[in-house]
Amino acid sequence: MITRRKLLMLLPAAAFAWEYVLAGTPETAPGFNRNEHWWGMLMDITKCIGCGNCVRACATENHVPDGYFRTWVERYHVADWHQETPQVDSPGGGKNGFPPSTAVGGKNFFVPKLCNHCVDSPCTQVCPVGATFHTPDGVVLVDDKYCLGCRYCIQACPYGCRFLNPTSHTAEKCSLCYHRITKGLTTACCENCPTGARQLVDLKNPADPIHEFLKTHSVQVLKPHLATGAKVFYNELDGSVR
Amino acid sequence: MRVNRFKDAEHLLRLAGAFAVGIALFLLLRAYFVPKSFGEYGHYRGAALAEQSDKPISYAGHQACEDCHGDVLEVKKAGKHAGVNCEACHGPLARHAEDPASVVPVLPDTAVLCARCHEANIGKPKTFPQVVSADHSGGAVCKTCHQPHSPLLQPGAKQS
Amino acid sequence: MPVEGFMYPNEIELQWSVLIVVYPFVTGLVAGAFILASLERIFHVAAVKPTYRLALLTALSFLLVAPLPLQLHLGRPERSLEMYLTPHTSSPMAMFGFVYLWYLMAVILLEVWLDYRHEIVLLSQSTTGWRRLIYRVLTLGSSNISEGALRVDDKVGWVVTLIGIPSAFLLHGYVGFIFGTVKANPWWSSPLMPVVFIFSAMVSGIAIVLLVYMAMMKIRHEPIDMRCVDTVAQYLLYTFIIDFGLEMLDLIHRISVADESFRSLDFMIHTRLFFSQVVLQIALGTLVPILTLGLIQIFHVPEKVRRMAYAICGCLTIIGIFAMRWNVVIGGQLFSKSFLGYTTYKLDLISREGELVAAGLLILPFCILAVLMKLLPPWPERQAASGD
Repeated sequence: MITRRKLLMLLPAAAFAWEYVLAGTPETAPGFNRNEHWWGMLMDITKCIGCGNCVRACATENHVPDGYFRTWVERYHVADWHQETPQVDSPGGGKNGFPPSTAVGGKNFFVPKLCNHCVDSPCTQVCPVGATFHTPDGVVLVDDKYCLGCRYCIQACPYGCRFLNPTSHTAEKCSLCYHRITKGLTTACCENCPTGARQLVDLKNPADPIHEFLKTHSVQVLKPHLATGAKVFYNELDGSVR
Repeated sequence: MRVNRFKDAEHLLRLAGAFAVGIALFLLLRAYFVPKSFGEYGHYRGAALAEQSDKPISYAGHQACEDCHGDVLEVKKAGKHAGVNCEACHGPLARHAEDPASVVPVLPDTAVLCARCHEANIGKPKTFPQVVSADHSGGAVCKTCHQPHSPLLQPGAKQS
Repeated sequence: MPVEGFMYPNEIELQWSVLIVVYPFVTGLVAGAFILASLERIFHVAAVKPTYRLALLTALSFLLVAPLPLQLHLGRPERSLEMYLTPHTSSPMAMFGFVYLWYLMAVILLEVWLDYRHEIVLLSQSTTGWRRLIYRVLTLGSSNISEGALRVDDKVGWVVTLIGIPSAFLLHGYVGFIFGTVKANPWWSSPLMPVVFIFSAMVSGIAIVLLVYMAMMKIRHEPIDMRCVDTVAQYLLYTFIIDFGLEMLDLIHRISVADESFRSLDFMIHTRLFFSQVVLQIALGTLVPILTLGLIQIFHVPEKVRRMAYAICGCLTIIGIFAMRWNVVIGGQLFSKSFLGYTTYKLDLISREGELVAAGLLILPFCILAVLMKLLPPWPERQAASGD
């Protein structure tokens, strides 16, 4: 029988436990277990056409403020053998595509960029309070309720993928559409890429066809000398790419 | 003599006491202000994971479209745009997928839409179909000759 | 915004403003002033004793102002307590919060209190009104100023100063480390960075105490102790030589190694950073003071000329070290991490992170110093009736 005494003892215990219940059970896809995934992305340079669909889709999906970019596309022109001095442009981050260029000859290609969700990310290392962190499934997120806006992480990112949101005054960057991938969907950018140049990959899933692609093709990461453990892999990335 | 020495250092003990009070205050602040879920999975607020996962989506994903628009899917599957997902052209339609009657998608204007991908640009892969639209159709919009869901022109149709 | 070449889209706007230039400048003055004070206490350089208490008060004034530019810069200043509540131990910025707290509580305040305790107790008995209240609080309830107690104060004070020297190095070295550890930025990323910061801090700290001392003597119509300022100027020279040596080492190393960032940085120094780096920092802020102070060591220069030279060198030094902080912080953000472009820093006049606020933050420590000097006079009592 539930006596008043028992209830008085149970209620605080229940209140205490409820917080943990609420904290640990997100509204994710049924059966989603974070520990079973390790997220990354593949960028196929041979397929990117610089249409800017990804930049627009990301801005829509994640309410990215104008003039700031969670993802963007760069256009490269490499003349002859001059790998160290490419001509690069990214008008408006490539959001509205690219205007015709005056470049003639040489190597020309597009490079989409975003947060590399590094395993040894310098950004999470320098955050003074733990507002940016690694999820158990390998995504680097920003807790905008805890961020101080000190901008140290923005300085520490070698790839320039972070910015300060002018409304919330907290740091912001690509979240790998965490709210989508935990529901079994792909990221907004990958969903809207018309050529399949961008593909989400689950590095813990051996049956993932992109995972298979990584094992059988020549892929590179950006700035490998910085040993960030980047998990965005580029197929056929030219050496001139910064 | 011992009493004297103690008296001479008494002010230091008072100082130590002040420090102790300060440290105690700090620990109290800590207990009160640090969010309960902090440290659950790592050096961050564990509740943030749920907050991020629970955000609403804007793009439904092509699976959602295929549930109702199977006929279009059949045409698209057999054509050159097989790999192009619906919302890449039709825009974010999660609200439409949830309640089709509430949001009626606006058909995109092909004059603007198609050029985004197919306007010739030196950066695009050579094998990718691209044209200089000014020279291509003599002013006619793309839909005049190309069916967007299966854009390759059929034999006998108007060629540029 | 005028961008030259290519910058990653999110890099065009600078992240750390002039306030983040003011902050290492101010903490540097703290560390440097304290090191000067320790010269007398630990190394028994008796000649600089007239500046001892002044140096301590100067250090305290600047230390109290140091967190302000940081608070004003934060996107969410109301969350700043989080740095103390959940500090991330891998973050130099978080750990610095504790270094600052240590230095404020366990070094500066303690040393000032121990050194002034005698006067504080006396003043708590001789003054009236709210001043009496302040002094009584500062006594912490103890009025023991017997010989024995003062001996204890002296001994403990000596230990605090001793600990204070590496603490001062830690305080400003850590600021250097905050920049030095950012591998993404080749202008900052260097093991030399904390060392360069420490020595430039010492230079600026010594210079500011020299200037304040000379200014206060002028204001009080008292003669400047030439033996004191000559010795201070000597130490300024020695420290300057080391500081210059370190900066040249960094420069020569960069030129020699010429890694992927070199061309981009070289171009930046010759263009956007030319005035602040080559003219202000190196030529006017370092070479002119070193040459002037060096010449004074070699040739006999009359007292009046020496005094003027010290004043001018002191000012040039302060400007030069401020320029150095500017060149590190702002310079480090003017070039793209793609090494293919440059941006511009737009400094507003009136905004939370603008010129007026920066100027205000630089003036504020002097206001605090004026109050401290009234409360805790660094001068020996004059024979004539003192005003207060």
